[in-house]
Amino acid sequence: MKKALAVGRKEFRQIVRDRRTLSVLLVVPILFLLLFGYALNWDVRHVRLAVDDQDHTTQSRDLVSAFVDSDYFDLVGAVRQDQIRGLMNRGDVRAVLVIPSGTGRRLLAGRTAPIQVLINGDDANTATTVMGYAQALLNGLSTEYRLARYPVTGRPPVTVEPRIWYNPELRSALFLVPGLIAYIAMLTAVISTALSVVREKELGTMEQVRMAPLGTLSYVTGKSLPYFLVSMISSLGIVVVAMWLFDLPMRGSWPLLVLAIALFLAGGLGLGLLVSTVSDSQQVAFQIAALVSFMPTLLLSGFIFPIASMPVWLQVTTYVVPARYFLVVLRGIVLKGVGLPIVWPDMLALVAFAGVVLGLAAVRLRREWA
Amino acid sequence: MNAITVRDLTRRFGDFVAVDRVSFDVAPGEIFGFLGANGAGKSTTIRMLCGLLKPTSGSASVGGLDVTRDPEGVKRRIGYMSQRFSLYEKLTVDENIRFYGGIYGLSGARFEARRRFVIEMAGLEGRGRSLTRDLPGGVRQRLALGCAILHEPPIVFLDEPTGGVDPLSRRRFWTLIDTLSTGGVTVLVTTHYMDEAEHCHRLAIMHAGRLAAIGSTSELKQVFADRPIVEIDSSNAIEAMRALKDLPSVEKTSVFGTAVHAVLRPGAADTGALTRRLTAAGLQVRAIVPVPPSLEDVFLDVMDRSPQP
Repeated sequence: MKKALAVGRKEFRQIVRDRRTLSVLLVVPILFLLLFGYALNWDVRHVRLAVDDQDHTTQSRDLVSAFVDSDYFDLVGAVRQDQIRGLMNRGDVRAVLVIPSGTGRRLLAGRTAPIQVLINGDDANTATTVMGYAQALLNGLSTEYRLARYPVTGRPPVTVEPRIWYNPELRSALFLVPGLIAYIAMLTAVISTALSVVREKELGTMEQVRMAPLGTLSYVTGKSLPYFLVSMISSLGIVVVAMWLFDLPMRGSWPLLVLAIALFLAGGLGLGLLVSTVSDSQQVAFQIAALVSFMPTLLLSGFIFPIASMPVWLQVTTYVVPARYFLVVLRGIVLKGVGLPIVWPDMLALVAFAGVVLGLAAVRLRREWA
Repeated sequence: MNAITVRDLTRRFGDFVAVDRVSFDVAPGEIFGFLGANGAGKSTTIRMLCGLLKPTSGSASVGGLDVTRDPEGVKRRIGYMSQRFSLYEKLTVDENIRFYGGIYGLSGARFEARRRFVIEMAGLEGRGRSLTRDLPGGVRQRLALGCAILHEPPIVFLDEPTGGVDPLSRRRFWTLIDTLSTGGVTVLVTTHYMDEAEHCHRLAIMHAGRLAAIGSTSELKQVFADRPIVEIDSSNAIEAMRALKDLPSVEKTSVFGTAVHAVLRPGAADTGALTRRLTAAGLQVRAIVPVPPSLEDVFLDVMDRSPQP
């Protein structure tokens, strides 16, 4: 144990003295958070809207103000039919509300009044969202008109009052930050561990250390402990910065969060060690580490792309990606405030993953040393 | 009891036999040299003796412990230093010493005493906070040796310890080795510098994985007991070698700097025939003098007579 501490102290000094490693471990995560937090944003606000009102009645003006009063649309101005194409082509407006003449009359008469909403579809994600907003607004208006028309019943037969739990405003930052923590923790843990071991192989210090009466266990423990601590600090740093900048709620228990991160990091460190046993140069180690950590964590964890909408064979693959379980735990703790009774199966999966990779790494390392 | 005992030690890598049935003994306090070309099997032998590599067959004991059965015990009794001077370059002198002290389990007063010893030995007083990277090669070499013997091992392995170091530092390094040996430490050192080999009490010459010759330098030089060697100083060494090639009294020739060493056949003490042949070839002969065999003569002779792989 004392020997492991000697290794750990040395490794820690090396990290602190090596600006590059230290910045990768501490600065890059925060930079990622800012980049992803601000740039990767699916929330659509302030859609530029033009109005072609051919009706000019109280009812058509009500329609326009329903759009403008919402947060979602900014009125650019009134346009004529022949100006619309030019505005859309230049991207000056993203949506156009066309109210045909006779709309007011039809509404008063209780007949269906068709309204046209033109949406710029060059960005499919935004278009879908804008369409949703427009539909919601128009549905609301329709209900009001129906109410006015059937005052006797007083109430429409069915109403939907949606409540979105955990993230009522559906802000994508809240959805992304947990994924980001997983992504960054994996990056720092796997890559830095793999590189630090392979660097010792390259420099020949590994051989020197192997000549000492130092067990693989002490070596591995001492070697990973500093990276574990630094990664833990940087992961918790992301949570705190996200709470401050993106109003990330932290509804669950901090000790449980730390435990979850610790389990995830243990798996990452194990993976890094495993990578180091199959590579002899830092370059190879970096490539393998990136391949086994970045890609799955980014694509197969549910970080950005929902697992449920993947083809079945790919869904099966996600079962070996630790980030998949970590995200469930993380979102559970941070957004829902749930505890161990809910997240234990995923915690157990993290324990299993960490156990398997650390075991494999130990076996491979011992074989390499013997 | 011997410090090191090696019996029929063999190591194969696939079809390649890196070390082939090597046997020798090293007495306590002895400086034992391993001489041989690159790839002759010196490093592989050392790695097996350090418990780092399992022998394919044969046995070896170091400090009384079997290297196959108790590699961890062996590791506690040995120090090891390679030509790479494996120090952490981004750590300071003190931090390196502290690390190696830590993994050998040194602490307290004993560690402090050993730390001071190493600093003094390497000539690093007052430079404990210097980065190892900034030290000159010779100083780093002494520091690496210091870290390797921090735990006072009775047996030290040095694998080409003087690579890339200036002659003055090499001399100083060998003074340290002599001091260790006087203090009872057994030193097994590999080298391909002949002048370093002269420092060793006994030498083993390795060739293609086999032990080609073993003995003290004077014992090894006995191979030339009945074959005198003459040094020929002529106007052209290469031409001189060519001219002497088929002379019956000359066994072989080799270039030594600007001169030629000719090994004469037993009983052929007369150098007159050599002078006549060289003059006939149009060469100017400045001097032909008998010389005692050097270690390089021995080495080349052993190489010549060993079966080629």
